[in-house]
Amino acid sequence: MDFRLTEEQQMIRRTAREFAERELAPVAIELDKTGEFPWDNWHKMAKQGFVGMTLSPEYGGGGAGLLEFTLVLEELSRVCASTAVILEVHNSLHAETIEHFGTPEQKQKWLPDLATGKKLGAFALTEPNAGSDSAAQQSTAVLKGDHYVLNGLKCFITSGSKADLYLVMAMTDKSKGNKGITAFVVEKDRKGVSFGLPEDKMGIRASIQTDLILEDVEVPVENRLGAEGDGFKIAMTALDSGRIGIGAQALGIAQAALDASVAYAKQRVQFGKPIAELQAIQWKLAEMATDIDAARLLLYRAAWLRDQGGRVSKEIAMAKLFCAQVAMRHTVEAVQIHGGNGYMREYKVERYMRDAKITQIYEGTSEVMKLIIASSLLR
Amino acid sequence: MKVAVLVKHVPDTETRIQVKPGDKKINEEGVTYIISPFDEFAMEEALLLRERLGDVQITAVALGPQKATEALRTCLALGADDAILVSDPAFEGADAYVTAKALAAALKGGNYDLILAGKQAVDDDAAYVGTAVAEFLDLPVINLVTKLEVNKAAGTAVAARDLDGYSQVIEVKLPAVFTAQKGLNNPRLPALMGIMKAKKKEIRTLNAQALGLAPNELGAEGAKVEVKEMFVPSKARKNKVLTGAPAETAPELVKLLAEEAKVL
Ligand SMILES: Cc1cc2nc3c(=O)[nH]c(=O)nc-3n(C[C@H](O)[C@H](O)[C@H](O)COP(=O)(O)OP(=O)(O)OC[C@H]3O[C@@H](n4cnc5c(N)ncnc54)[C@H](O)[C@@H]3O)c2cc1C
Repeated sequence: MDFRLTEEQQMIRRTAREFAERELAPVAIELDKTGEFPWDNWHKMAKQGFVGMTLSPEYGGGGAGLLEFTLVLEELSRVCASTAVILEVHNSLHAETIEHFGTPEQKQKWLPDLATGKKLGAFALTEPNAGSDSAAQQSTAVLKGDHYVLNGLKCFITSGSKADLYLVMAMTDKSKGNKGITAFVVEKDRKGVSFGLPEDKMGIRASIQTDLILEDVEVPVENRLGAEGDGFKIAMTALDSGRIGIGAQALGIAQAALDASVAYAKQRVQFGKPIAELQAIQWKLAEMATDIDAARLLLYRAAWLRDQGGRVSKEIAMAKLFCAQVAMRHTVEAVQIHGGNGYMREYKVERYMRDAKITQIYEGTSEVMKLIIASSLLR
Repeated sequence: MKVAVLVKHVPDTETRIQVKPGDKKINEEGVTYIISPFDEFAMEEALLLRERLGDVQITAVALGPQKATEALRTCLALGADDAILVSDPAFEGADAYVTAKALAAALKGGNYDLILAGKQAVDDDAAYVGTAVAEFLDLPVINLVTKLEVNKAAGTAVAARDLDGYSQVIEVKLPAVFTAQKGLNNPRLPALMGIMKAKKKEIRTLNAQALGLAPNELGAEGAKVEVKEMFVPSKARKNKVLTGAPAETAPELVKLLAEEAKVL
């Protein structure tokens, strides 16, 4: 058993870390304050080759595996979790899904622009009445000759109004339950597509979420991904890959919290010595480090397994669940170690704490991860 | 055009250097290595030359243990076409003189129009190898370059150097050796695509025999200087406390920061 990353993976990690420090760190705090969409970061990530890095070179992608992408997302999230999630949704939920399920024509049409970042992709599954119960889709798609007519309301859509392409799930046959869901690629500029106002959020503030409103949107049959009724399977496959990305986001945030805590504990003096010399603080740091390493091992294993092919939903759910828990628990601890300063905007740990929370919610809540794990145990 | 870039793999500048008592080299356990930052300027300049001039073949060259391939692999990821590792257990104990001699032997016959190196490596700070390579190859050398322009048709280059208080612009006939100073450019990071392609590119390894070097020219035997002792200095810092009214101490502090700490 070899736990070392390959030379290539190490280079990818080093590059992502350096990129994050150079390009994301100077703007992360300001972006969190203003909630402005980080287009600059997007273009820089595209130039660096992170956008579309897991797509096949045939379409201009980097040909990297999910493990390599995990390393990149972890490093980016260590500095700016908002920027990371935009990349994660684009690559894992959107572009890879088209590569996986698209026809050669569809891939040729969409992937080159998605690989270079010329187009931004989004994923639209959630509805006001279909969250954890994502099969309870109320959006509909009705076939009329050579096109479908889509109607419905999607909510909390990451990169909503900014993205060019939306992977939309809608019911083509209600009587079939989740086997009646179909996936479509919907372009932003289609007639009848509109967006709600950006949500005002606790964390990942520089990413944007809006409603996606579909009113009699005519979508050609060529835009249907997979067959009618494949939508739920497509969405779940996308989310398997996506959850590894969210695990990486959580892990990066947790690592940032630990790094900040170690630095602060060494430098903050109380009772005549650095608080790092207090055993109470040392124990916190030791637990943080141990949990983070355990989370990392679970996550890398899940990514590695997924790269070997096949579905490994249980291992992915475990990794996502644990990474998110570790991120939440230890960003709270990081604020505690920073005392009053930790509560202040000036110190980054309060942002880490706000950013960490979402990793327990989106792309399947912690409770849903437990459902997946338990159902595979009790099968 | 052919450009050779000399790169050295050195301990990460953030590494805490440790020396085992009695040893004459650093303890390499747990040390992460990077490309010496001045060599990164040299590598970036080669890439910029290619962007400006088009047909430029870039070869990265390093002398060091097998581990130094990491530095070369990074150069390949950045866009070098191929790489040469000069490596032989017999180099153990080599000084900058031996290093330059071996690198010169590796470069000889390669018909490089430009040889680019960092002005010094940040581990031993000898600031010797670039110049000595030029000497061994009987080529002109321009040190501390902050600007470089190549006239391909004329076979010349014009380089600028920022010196203490003045600048110099020098024209030289190629081939020539240049050593890079901070300010020359802003080194890029390797693009993902470059990293993925790098593993398919070739790193040739040349040992002492392949370079035609005799045993007495290598390692400690061939070295012109000998390390007598190596240790980590004690950490006690000389603190200075300025007392007096802020209006008086502030200018004094600025002066100290500029002249003693040299951070301004
Ligand atoms: C910032 C942000 C970005 C998002 N981006 C996207 C996006 O790009 N695309 C998209 O489609 N969606 C997106 N979402 C939606 C997100 O995936 C959902 O919010 C999430 O799946 C939870 O659904 P819900 O909010 O409806 O919560 P609910 O499903 O209403 O859950 C409420 C609570 O009940 C629990 N619960 C529900 N069912 C069960 C059960 N069976 N057993 C045990 N507990 C249960 C949940 O775990 C949770 O604690 C985003 C959400 C946010 C906040």
